[in-house]
Amino acid sequence: MKRMAKPSIPERSSDPRIDVSLTVNGETIHRAVSVRMLLSDFLRHELGLTGTHVGCEHGVCGCCTVLIDGKAGRSCLTLAVQANGTEIRTIESVAEADGTLHPIQQAFKECHALQCGYCTPGMVMNILARFEEPYPLDLSDAGVRDMLSGNLCRCTGYINIIAAVRRAAELLGRT
Amino acid sequence: MSTRTFGARIERNIDPKLLRGEGAFVDDIPLTGVLHSAFLRSPHARAGIKRLDAAAARRHPGVVAVYTCDDIGALDMAMPLLIPHPCMTDPQTQRPLARGDVHYVGQTIAMVVAVDRYTAEDAASLIEVDYEPLPVEMDLEKALQTGAPPVHPKVPNNLAAHFVQTCGTPDEAFARAEHITKIKVQVDRSTAAPMECRSIAANWDAVSGELTVWDGTQAPISVRGGLASVFQLDEDKVRVIAPDVGGGFGQKVLFFYPDELLVPMAAMQLGRPVKYIEDRRENFIGSSQERTQIHVIELAALKTGEVIGLRDIFLHDTGAFIPYGIAVAQVASTSIAGPYRIPNIFVEFKAVYTPTVQVTPYRGCGRPQACFAIERAMDQLASELGLDRFEVRRRNFVTEKEFPYPREGLLFADGLKVTLDSGQYAKALGMAAAELGAADFPAEQAKALAEGRYLGLGLACYVEGTGLGPYEGGHVKIHPITGKVYVNTGLTSQGQGHDTVFAQIVADQLGVRPEDVIVVEGDTKAFDWGVATFASRAAVVSGNAIHKTAMVVRQKTLLAAANMLEVNIDDVELRDSAAWVKGSNRFVPLAAVATASNPLRYAFNEAAQAATQFAPASKHDGPPLAEGEAPGLEATEYFSPSQSTWAYGVHGAIVEVDPGLCTVKIRKYVCIHDCGNMINPTIVEGQVLGGIAQGIGGALYERLDYQPDGNLANASLMDFLMPYATEIPNISVLHLETPSPLNPLGVKGVGEAGCIAVGAVVASGVEDALRALGPITFRHVPLTPSMISDALEQIGH
Repeated sequence: MKRMAKPSIPERSSDPRIDVSLTVNGETIHRAVSVRMLLSDFLRHELGLTGTHVGCEHGVCGCCTVLIDGKAGRSCLTLAVQANGTEIRTIESVAEADGTLHPIQQAFKECHALQCGYCTPGMVMNILARFEEPYPLDLSDAGVRDMLSGNLCRCTGYINIIAAVRRAAELLGRT
Repeated sequence: MSTRTFGARIERNIDPKLLRGEGAFVDDIPLTGVLHSAFLRSPHARAGIKRLDAAAARRHPGVVAVYTCDDIGALDMAMPLLIPHPCMTDPQTQRPLARGDVHYVGQTIAMVVAVDRYTAEDAASLIEVDYEPLPVEMDLEKALQTGAPPVHPKVPNNLAAHFVQTCGTPDEAFARAEHITKIKVQVDRSTAAPMECRSIAANWDAVSGELTVWDGTQAPISVRGGLASVFQLDEDKVRVIAPDVGGGFGQKVLFFYPDELLVPMAAMQLGRPVKYIEDRRENFIGSSQERTQIHVIELAALKTGEVIGLRDIFLHDTGAFIPYGIAVAQVASTSIAGPYRIPNIFVEFKAVYTPTVQVTPYRGCGRPQACFAIERAMDQLASELGLDRFEVRRRNFVTEKEFPYPREGLLFADGLKVTLDSGQYAKALGMAAAELGAADFPAEQAKALAEGRYLGLGLACYVEGTGLGPYEGGHVKIHPITGKVYVNTGLTSQGQGHDTVFAQIVADQLGVRPEDVIVVEGDTKAFDWGVATFASRAAVVSGNAIHKTAMVVRQKTLLAAANMLEVNIDDVELRDSAAWVKGSNRFVPLAAVATASNPLRYAFNEAAQAATQFAPASKHDGPPLAEGEAPGLEATEYFSPSQSTWAYGVHGAIVEVDPGLCTVKIRKYVCIHDCGNMINPTIVEGQVLGGIAQGIGGALYERLDYQPDGNLANASLMDFLMPYATEIPNISVLHLETPSPLNPLGVKGVGEAGCIAVGAVVASGVEDALRALGPITFRHVPLTPSMISDALEQIGH
């Protein structure tokens, strides 16, 4: 096999860049980002917040769900430049600083609500958003399924995730 | 610590890190200066490539390299045939980059490496290709006919393999049959669709001459061997790491996918780390699929319903290539008689090339198809003989006193004999009937019908050959600093919780908590003997290897501790991470035993002082390490199964069909399951529930929609209908535990179990629900609303 001379490789693409300022997990971030960079790529590859996963890049699977100004949003359908001025929260902000799990995370662990764990951060962020809404939770069979209906999981068959939502409600006194 | 952890519902060790977002999947691993790649893929199912010009792509700013088949030197070759079998004629495997011809939509033609994925994709679209499209035949049956357009010009009639297996004397059985039931069934193409698509990154260290590859694979050791061979490197100079992997379900056990060769090659050539992260569309048009089979199955029966013979002739779609040999079809053909005695079997298949993504095992691996064929046939037989569906099965089950029950003449996918080893089939059926409320169901069904609601009961039984060889190993070591126990095996985990179940096995032997057992797998530098995670084999093969190893380490520990405590070995017990003199409060921590078992020159801590040369306990009458002894508390053992061990189960459901909307709702789903002794029932249930959900997808929703021109019309999660939480009913899982006689732990595999029977259950239930409207049969899954609509139309409804 021919071994190439080490080429001079540019640092980054020649895409036009725009300055953005946003808050991510409580920290203010200023960055020049490619105008077409997805928020998911920005969080993962520019900020190193790799807990946000990417499962389809067309807004169906929910793996990339983060909180944008408190609402669950698909970071794969959001451009980083659109997030200018917003407050973003990712899975990395959910547990306590010493690693103690949030009650939703604790419930997932107790109920075996994850297997490979790839969809899990998106699930947790989506559930967190719903728990933070100022409305009563619908914990009926149909209600919990509806709550989860924007997130695909290929491992668990959902039953244990449904149980985890109810357990989290219990732990948070929301029943 | 006296409680046995084997069999306990222990929470998983791995969960906290995954829940905090601290998992490290391939694309999460930071690599300084990493370059990204993208592929140009064929838009045609069959075409000749007349011209390929990558000049504009190469000039594109930010592009580092563009590779076509002319630029990859020795890698421009047909990739390995992984599982050879004599029944294949001229087996075809893919080339990393197409040369001359393309054989399916999505086949890789060129690879671009650039500063980021965005740029790489831009450049891939600048590659100019002139195609000469060729005709295709997408229909499996027509593809075999003379004159059908060939997927490979040198393979006549698209016949990839032809194989017959016989058990007993089937012709004689059919000759004396009092009744013959014959049906034709079909299962359509699906895909594993793991939530993490495939992914690979590579780094070449030119100074040490070491290639490191992070591969979201189920088979790092096998990939390591393959890469070392292709690149002519010593195996020790190639390190393959399967880090956290986001689901596999069989799709990630093939090697090589083109990227698995080309990304390491590019990293070696360019002197920079290179990665390829498959996107969802690429997963649909580039990564292995499975399922399409068409069976014509005949049962030779007596009037009593006893089945004395089975004849099954089926077509198996292998896609454009056959790298995995006939494994899927062979598993289907050896599972065809299910849990039934049926002593005389003739099973024949033809594997057929079609211009589609190649077929390799997807969770179930031929078993769902075999189950669908035999179970639909059993229902039909019951109907034709006027017997109850439960009863006809009960009359044919292999009974407990008949085990081991061999099927002479049938060889399983491991090349070893099919022998059902243990089970309580009739008991499982009884439990299913009770849990379903089968006795009361006819009244419930009649009552619903009176209200205009169509309820049906679906039923299916299955067997699953699990725990295939050839072997796996286990390495166990008690750590001298912390007393924690390190365990290695040659597998990988994609969510199965190996780090917990293997920890449970070891914890019992060494008297430590499962959370103090650190299981490291998926890294060839940690342990590099073994095969891979597939075929429901981890608990059986690695589990028993680790168990054997832990017993050796236990013995070493007891002996060393007895010396330290100056008591007889029989007076020592291991618990709470220490060795205790039974019935006393004298103990020595495992860390200290491990330290003392390693003669030291230098003291690195207090415990270590006791192991140095002038310490009171040191020997002074010979070598510190006696001849034949090894330092530390450590061992490596292997387990190689004599044959597969057969798990089984019975599934049933109550479904409701709306003949107006042609929709199906599963009102109740019951699974009776037996995988031998359960190491962790919570994890077993997780595997079963996940499998059932995948089975429900395959039964009602998931079908890859290849168009007549070979394009895949639903290559996205928007269009390929995977179940959400809204599609999965509550499921009741009940266990039986019939130990396997074939391994020390008495375990059987469980990974694939859940998905096997679901298609048959759903079709059985829908048929039962609509029986009141007329004689309708459903022998094709996924069972879509259009199929129900067509069937109702045919009976004039």
